[in-house]
Amino acid sequence: MLTLENLSKHFGGVRAVDDVSLTIREGEIFGLIGPNGSGKSTTVNLITGLYAPTTGRVMLDGYDLTTMAQHERTAMGVARTFQNIRLFGNLTVAENLWVAQNGHEQRRAHFLSRWFRAGGERGADIDELLEFSRLLSKRDVPASALSFGEMRRLEMARALASNPRVLLLDEPAAGASLEDGQLLAERIRAVQGRGVTVLLIEHMMELVMGITDRIAVLNFGGKIAEGTPAEIQRNDDVRSAYLGSKHKNEELAHA
Amino acid sequence: MDFYFGLLQIFGVHTLLGLSAYVVLLTGQVSMAQAGFYAIGAYAAGAATAMFGMHIIPAVLLAGLVSAAIACAVGFPALRVKGLMLVVATLAFGEMVRMIFFNLTWQVERDGALVGPNGAEGFRAIRYFPENGWEIWQVTTLIWIFVALVMAALWWMDRTRAGAVLRAVGHDEVAAQSIGLNLTAVKVGAMTAGGFIAGIGGSLYAHTVTHIEHGIFGVLLATFAVAYPILGGLGSVFGTLIAVLFIQGFLVEGLRFMGDWRSLLFGALIVVAMNLRPKGLLGDTPLRLGGLRRKPSSTPALQEAD
Ligand SMILES: Nc1ncnc2c1ncn2[C@@H]1O[C@H](COP(=O)(O)OP(=O)(O)OP(=O)(O)O)[C@@H](O)[C@H]1O
Ligand SMILES: [Mg+2]
Repeated sequence: MLTLENLSKHFGGVRAVDDVSLTIREGEIFGLIGPNGSGKSTTVNLITGLYAPTTGRVMLDGYDLTTMAQHERTAMGVARTFQNIRLFGNLTVAENLWVAQNGHEQRRAHFLSRWFRAGGERGADIDELLEFSRLLSKRDVPASALSFGEMRRLEMARALASNPRVLLLDEPAAGASLEDGQLLAERIRAVQGRGVTVLLIEHMMELVMGITDRIAVLNFGGKIAEGTPAEIQRNDDVRSAYLGSKHKNEELAHA
Repeated sequence: MDFYFGLLQIFGVHTLLGLSAYVVLLTGQVSMAQAGFYAIGAYAAGAATAMFGMHIIPAVLLAGLVSAAIACAVGFPALRVKGLMLVVATLAFGEMVRMIFFNLTWQVERDGALVGPNGAEGFRAIRYFPENGWEIWQVTTLIWIFVALVMAALWWMDRTRAGAVLRAVGHDEVAAQSIGLNLTAVKVGAMTAGGFIAGIGGSLYAHTVTHIEHGIFGVLLATFAVAYPILGGLGSVFGTLIAVLFIQGFLVEGLRFMGDWRSLLFGALIVVAMNLRPKGLLGDTPLRLGGLRRKPSSTPALQEAD
């Protein structure tokens, strides 16, 4: 469904992403892991169009996204979260979702009703999404007043507000406790249950090994392995990539 | 009495000027082009009534539309740059407009006399109000009707999705793009709305003074335009209104007795005000009276953001 073809991004001499090709299938949860600085976030930025690739293409269902603007990709069904949360702190929780309703179906609404409807008439879909993210009680609170965990949940809800087909999650569990990780796993599964394909970047191995269908591993910008969680755990290249990070290797082994 | 009406008229047109910068500022852009749009509105409306005998109301709206169209056209290239570069680019535009009016001579004969812009001389005899027997209180009322309409429209806009989108873009452009907002469209839209409002302000201004010339529409006026919403705060349209009253009423008129010392104190007071209220006199948290219509929220709506 989502295909990266020989995708590269070089920053001067740094090959942040180097000739990466992979295909994410419709409806799966696909893990993207790798040591710090291996190019995971850059890959997401290439898929959403925040960065233009040095070479290569991004394809969604046969459509070439590479030259599309970011908002056009949203309309095509791509949505994301950021590793370092980027909410609209000056808007309320509900408004953060409201401004994000830029999906394909939503774009077809009448211009006037889409832009100039007052806040009181915000749709039920927003409340439903807030309920799903356990944020309904905070709907009229400024986003800047949320706790860290709530901010992460709101950012994921905001990404879902455009009814995406692919959701790119950049370290959604960073800074979260293990229980929070469990709840997050449930929510990601529920998102998958709604028919959304998920690309999950994560350092928390338990989470990645537990819920992904397949995984690709990046190291120094290049893809060094791809396979099921079980295959990845056995892979020697992956183990040596994480070498020096003994802790991670233990996690890999036990997860 | 006329003095106070005159003052009210200045408050009114400057509020429109400030509101035109407010809309653009909501998207995080500091535009120094507002005085240019105001000038375009002034000359366009003056031409419509004095040269072609148009009624004042359609002339004001026409001038607003002309300014809006130019703001839209200027917005596309100008808004590709941000921050200081945008300040420089919009300043250059404002100066360009001023120079065009400095050189523009275009006069027609009406009732045996020549009327119209006459280069450095300016545009004299925009005498719609005196010719039609308007009293000063009537003119003042007309201005404030426009101010009220614009404030109401912006107040309402701020409560729609469009308002939230402007604020989202102003807060974080990267995040705004990631959720599918077309930055160019949003910013140019705000610039166009700002151009319309500035055009209305300028057209009313031209008719209250009856004589306009390029020098009025310089950098100082452009600075005032952005100073109002910055000083007043971006929380709501009322911040801009309060700032106009503070600057034009208190600092410009109230301190007139201080002579040359006024400008010094003027600067000092603005610095003090911005230090005491860094987010503007009324703050930058969106006022949400509408929240009361729904079930009351658990936290106060007027909490400090960020
Ligand atoms: N805008 C940029 N300019 C220059 N170099 C960059 C830029 N963005 C990323 N890089 C470099 O590209 C490489 C990959 O960075 P990236 O953020 O994609 O890694 P990552 O896998 O997400 O790491 P982490 O796990 O720490 O989030 C790093 O060496 C980084 O310094
Ligand atoms: Mg990263």
